[in-house]
Amino acid sequence: MSGLGDPQSAAGDFAGLPPGFAEPVHDAQACFRTILDGLAHPGRIQEMPVSPAAGLPSPLGSAAASVALTLCDIDTKVWLDDKLTSASSYIAFHCGAAITADAGEASFALVADPADLPPLDAFSLGTDQYPERSTTLVIEVAGLVASYGVRISGPGIRDTARLGVAGLPARFWSERAALNELFPRGVDVLFVSGTQFAALPRSTRIAF
Amino acid sequence: MMVAAGAAMPYANDDDAASLSARQRWLAVLAKASVADLESAWSELPQRPRYRTLRPSETGLVMVRGRIGGTGQPFNLGEMTMTRAAVQLVDTTGAVTHTGFGHVAGCSAKHAELVALFDALLQNPDLHDELVSHVIEVLAARQAAEKAARAENLAATKVDFFTMVRGE
Repeated sequence: MSGLGDPQSAAGDFAGLPPGFAEPVHDAQACFRTILDGLAHPGRIQEMPVSPAAGLPSPLGSAAASVALTLCDIDTKVWLDDKLTSASSYIAFHCGAAITADAGEASFALVADPADLPPLDAFSLGTDQYPERSTTLVIEVAGLVASYGVRISGPGIRDTARLGVAGLPARFWSERAALNELFPRGVDVLFVSGTQFAALPRSTRIAF
Repeated sequence: MMVAAGAAMPYANDDDAASLSARQRWLAVLAKASVADLESAWSELPQRPRYRTLRPSETGLVMVRGRIGGTGQPFNLGEMTMTRAAVQLVDTTGAVTHTGFGHVAGCSAKHAELVALFDALLQNPDLHDELVSHVIEVLAARQAAEKAARAENLAATKVDFFTMVRGE
């Protein structure tokens, strides 16, 4: 048979690509509702209701992939850290989102290696007129606990709550606390760990 | 869409270009085939493959662009409904062997999935020739016959306008 080329290359880059959500519309809606609820209750650790199909490009986590499949689309540019370059074809195929190397123009930033996280002000903080043009960070962390860690307060939290994030560099909290002064500018952060996630929107204040 | 089909594109080599145009041909034939024809072709396969859907059928809109006379400035002709799907054939170990894509006009999810399945099967060198002769050529011949019959019917209604030259 001629003209079909090498059968191995015919499978191309798609052979290693797993499916996304089993029910794209309903699964994304369920995850959207949960993410919305998480952002309304900063620091609350929740389980993502739906996981995408197995075989995600390592080290992309299940909850991180659910967030990407739910929120990223053709209108959002996605920035990936060095460890997640393996996930670029997954994001490009299932979300249709463009991958950008410029953290400052990304709508979403997916981070698998928090130790290597760029300074928070390297991302887009939005403008006073258009604060929503900021970057939403999705950071894969080693673990989440509500019993210890930084004290957080603000909208959605009765009095104060605690959020312990394992595997995050200490500079993150000081950089994040410094951004509070810029409100309504700032970045929204989703911490993901396996299938769990917790949100840290820009309106949340941090005390050590 | 209309513009892209005939546009000259740089290929790495002639082999790539040949395999691309062969694939474009079978995808075009499959996309224009009726769902019933594809379903019967599918059920007549000696062995139906194991597969998983990489992207379940989804329906959306595409902007169809055209050029007046084929050479003018491109303009947006209008949007049309389109359905696409992607499937992966898997072998007995669960490893992906071929990935097929289907894009069809309209909103038939089944049609897009069948096109994607046949696209994946046609990429398999062991099945390619058999499928081309038993499915693609049969469908192409049927489509050509339908087109010819329609052209014949229309030709009967053709009116030629002409003006007599005034004899002066």
